[in-house]
Amino acid sequence: MNQGKLLLIGGSAGSLQVILSMLTAVGRGYAMPVVVVLHRNNTFESSLEDLISTRTKVAIKEIEEKEPILPGMVYLCPADYHVLIEQDHTFSLDYSERVNFSRPSIDVTFKSAADVYGAGVVAVVLSGGNADGAEGMQEVKAQGGFTIVQDPGTAEVPYMPQQVLLRMGADLVVPTEELPAVIKGFGRPA
Amino acid sequence: MDTHVIKYEDLELLLGDLCTRYGYDFTEYSRASLHRRVQRLFALDNFSGFAEFRYRLQHDNVYFRRFVEEITVNVTEMLRDPGFYRTLRSTILPVLATYPFIRIWHAGCSTGEEVYSMAILLKEAGLLQKSLLYGTDINPHVIEKARKGIFPVSQMQKYSENYIQSGGLQDFSSYYTANYHLAKFDSSLTGKMIFSTHNLVSDFSFNEFQLILCRNVLIYFERELQAKVFKLFDYSLENFGYLALGSKESLRFSPIAGRYRQVGKEKIWRKINEPG
Ligand SMILES: C[S@@+](CC[C@H](N)C(=O)[O-])C[C@H]1O[C@@H](n2cnc3c(N)ncnc32)[C@H](O)[C@@H]1O
Repeated sequence: MNQGKLLLIGGSAGSLQVILSMLTAVGRGYAMPVVVVLHRNNTFESSLEDLISTRTKVAIKEIEEKEPILPGMVYLCPADYHVLIEQDHTFSLDYSERVNFSRPSIDVTFKSAADVYGAGVVAVVLSGGNADGAEGMQEVKAQGGFTIVQDPGTAEVPYMPQQVLLRMGADLVVPTEELPAVIKGFGRPA
Repeated sequence: MDTHVIKYEDLELLLGDLCTRYGYDFTEYSRASLHRRVQRLFALDNFSGFAEFRYRLQHDNVYFRRFVEEITVNVTEMLRDPGFYRTLRSTILPVLATYPFIRIWHAGCSTGEEVYSMAILLKEAGLLQKSLLYGTDINPHVIEKARKGIFPVSQMQKYSENYIQSGGLQDFSSYYTANYHLAKFDSSLTGKMIFSTHNLVSDFSFNEFQLILCRNVLIYFERELQAKVFKLFDYSLENFGYLALGSKESLRFSPIAGRYRQVGKEKIWRKINEPG
């Protein structure tokens, strides 16, 4: 079986609770590094990192430029920067134009990750009111990665996962309450 | 194979060409962002394939200029990160005030919003008269815009909010004249600015400063190039001068870190005499 090398999670409005329960399931000792691209309001600043680490016990950190991507870690995209991934598996930050009205943009990070990790990517798109993520998922699929979408029927804001499904479908469409178990399953040591 | 994708190997060929042909060296730029920008330009200008793109860049100076304008990321804002500007007001400007003459360098200033922000702070501290602000960028097009000091009116509400959060007490709109969709900033501000193209990769130090700002530029450079640029800044900074970086950048891994001490929690470092 193909083992995942990088888990990507993209979320927008209505996704924070799901992210918290997924990361609780991830816990420590997960086999893949996890990158969370969450649309957020600048004014929350870095308190999000604290919130996630107290609620889920994962080792989380906000991404710094040139940081190496390591298993066992959960990485959070900083507010107001796009996050790209280099061939040598380090992060780069980018302050270019918003994409889908968003910075960080899910499309930007997912495409870049697909370029580098190819078939090793497992990507999830969650609740949101924006079309960000659909193009990124298409690229993940094109490079042989695995795509998961939160079942729009169970998402707080169905638009974003719907857009992915309209454009390309997904390998798995998972109801909210099953997402933690599925995510955990992907990160079991080989 | 998809002919509309620029491969990483092709990008290397292109960067080599630009070095030899034009003396512009992008080979130490972080690849992911550079690749994304080059790919975007390639798609925008409808090239049939990489060979055509490469040929055009090798033989057409005017197109090379467009390349530089399009692959650099010129997004900027006035008073971005109000907390940073608040610290400049409360901690840095009072120190600069003790100098008879103040020189400030904004390296990678893009269209100049950051320079105008600084001029407003200096004016409010009563220091503008004895200050000179240098704004430089690799991209000649943004430098022309910066000289004009004309920005979209649509941005003014956002900037005005940033201004208030940065500790501004005046009416922000008193700094510009609005005409249709454009806001022209006061000539009393522009009069203290010198704008010029300058390439941080290859150009020399051109003065000594008490404060250098280089925000959201180094994220595009690989570590070795960052180190070179830090040395350029170190050389261009007076003793006890300040170096200010973007909110996600740091001096921590640089060869000059030993001679600098961070000021509070903002990304501002002060040059101290001896290493240690
Ligand atoms: C994202 S903008 C930052 C603008 C502003 N400092 C801010 O933080 O809002 C980055 C700027 O760096 C400039 N730049 C890139 N490479 C450069 C180089 N080698 N020398 C000088 N400027 C460069 C780009 O042209 C662009 O205008």
